[in-house]
Amino acid sequence: MANLKTVSKKSKAQSMGMHTEVLTGRTQQKFFNPDEAENFYYFGTYDVDFNKRTELDVKDMTAPEANKEIDNLMSQGYGTIVIKNPQGKHSLGVGILNKLNLIFEGSLGYFGMGSCDGPIVRINGRVGWSCAENLMAGKVVIEKNAGSCFGAAIRGGDLICKGSVGARTGIDMKGGTIIIGGDAGAFTGFMMQRGRIIILGDVGINLGDSMYDGTIFVGGEIGSYGSDAVDAELTKSDQDWLKRKLKVAEIGENFDVSKMKKIVAGKKLWNYDNLEPTEKKGAI
Amino acid sequence: MCGIAGLIHRGKSSNVGSELQGMLQALKHRGEDSTGYALYGDTDGKNFIMRFKVGENVGEGSSSVMEDVSVYDERKKIVDETLAEMGAKVVKEERTLPYSLRYEIDYDTKDLLDFSQRIESIPGVEILSMGKSLEVIKDLGNAKMVCDRYSLDKVVGTHAIGHARMATESGVDIKSAHPFWGYPFSDVSVVHNGQLTNYWNNRRVLENKGMRFMSECDSELIAVYIAEKMRHGATLEEGMKESLTGLDGVFTYFVATKDSLGMAKDTMAAKPLVLYESDDLVAMGSEEIAIRSVLPQEIDTYDPFDGEVKVWQI
Repeated sequence: MANLKTVSKKSKAQSMGMHTEVLTGRTQQKFFNPDEAENFYYFGTYDVDFNKRTELDVKDMTAPEANKEIDNLMSQGYGTIVIKNPQGKHSLGVGILNKLNLIFEGSLGYFGMGSCDGPIVRINGRVGWSCAENLMAGKVVIEKNAGSCFGAAIRGGDLICKGSVGARTGIDMKGGTIIIGGDAGAFTGFMMQRGRIIILGDVGINLGDSMYDGTIFVGGEIGSYGSDAVDAELTKSDQDWLKRKLKVAEIGENFDVSKMKKIVAGKKLWNYDNLEPTEKKGAI
Repeated sequence: MCGIAGLIHRGKSSNVGSELQGMLQALKHRGEDSTGYALYGDTDGKNFIMRFKVGENVGEGSSSVMEDVSVYDERKKIVDETLAEMGAKVVKEERTLPYSLRYEIDYDTKDLLDFSQRIESIPGVEILSMGKSLEVIKDLGNAKMVCDRYSLDKVVGTHAIGHARMATESGVDIKSAHPFWGYPFSDVSVVHNGQLTNYWNNRRVLENKGMRFMSECDSELIAVYIAEKMRHGATLEEGMKESLTGLDGVFTYFVATKDSLGMAKDTMAAKPLVLYESDDLVAMGSEEIAIRSVLPQEIDTYDPFDGEVKVWQI
């Protein structure tokens, strides 16, 4: 694996005349390297050993200091890191693009675990707004409750909250799975474009409002449906998938999935018509 | 953005001045144009405590017009004369800053409307709070600055609400700062995070009913709206529930009375609130870190749902 932190500025691509500019500063542009067959790793990521474990007390650290120290520990090969005393700090664990076992012994504030790709995270507490926003892959498990905008715009991975979550869960999500053990607030699945949301408890008003695609499964009562959110048939395949997912998520394994409601997009929103933008303009 | 915080001790008193200072200081990144405290202190309940101002803080960052300090003394003199005319006896007088005063008043009335109207008819004078337990203290700067300026860290009481303000729709001045007194009700105060979009419509209706507005801050509407409901016999909780449909926009707000504390969240749940509730203490704030400043140990907190109203008693 090539770690671009160590690659000299004059790359082979530059030597071949494919480009001439030399980027400086905080750029993370990666240049094509014809010698490298495959590279599944991000810039600045590390080979870590899951059996190498350490603890980090962040009580007296700011969030940037804590995140920098997590990065530093990963650079030393630690694959399991236990964070002590997070005490509701914001933006902890953001931007981790590594395979990593990360355990928080406490609660996080806003934007915890945002923009991550790959880590397996367990939070033995609560999380604030926008937890795991933009998650690409990996798994984040919250043992208690979560705030609003839980899993906003996630692209992949599993996001599991064993308690209840606030409003706008899965807003704008484009993939992945969100599983809620308790209740969910208003506008759950608002403008979701792909992916799945499972709620074992009740859900608030305007469920799936303006959703483009994706599927929402609800075990409890629904406050109201949002625009263009409609019921769909719960198939045997759906039920099998739900059982598997709930088991893997260590949540509601014995839940009777056959009684769950399935909600999808009716695809009757104006943006599903055949008009091109210029034609739309004319029609307006 | 603004941040709000509040706490209520049930069955005991505590150093609520210091506790609220810690909570609001933890939220200072949400706005530090001004900070306000509504503290419900332990008193004997005999006299009214009137916090009022005879001018504005015209320090750095203020949007107020500079005035000659001598006018403050002139206004104070007229207030003293007016109180004497009404038969209100000033038992204790404190002047923390040239523009900010605290009076303990021996005055027997259940109708503060007439009293307040007469005091506030004096140009440049505004009552920040009136009650037998409530004291509203608000000024420019962050929580610590205001707390130090008014020596609030030793105030002992049962409950308190506060606000860290980022000025958006009105000026950086004390009159637009929260909390707002629920004029003309004794011991009622309000803090709010959000925007109200039917402010002017409601204001016109309420002004026609004889209610007064001192600022152009939309949050003041909540205090006046709830006060008007209570004036017509509604309980605090009933008034708050009506506000969910009567007020349009996004909001989370707290209301406190002499013996209770309430919260309401709009039907879109657009504004944040984290809540901790136990038998002894309820603490809530825009962010969990506010609660952590008084409860650093691991605790269970949650976000109230959309359209939720809760009221706790001391």
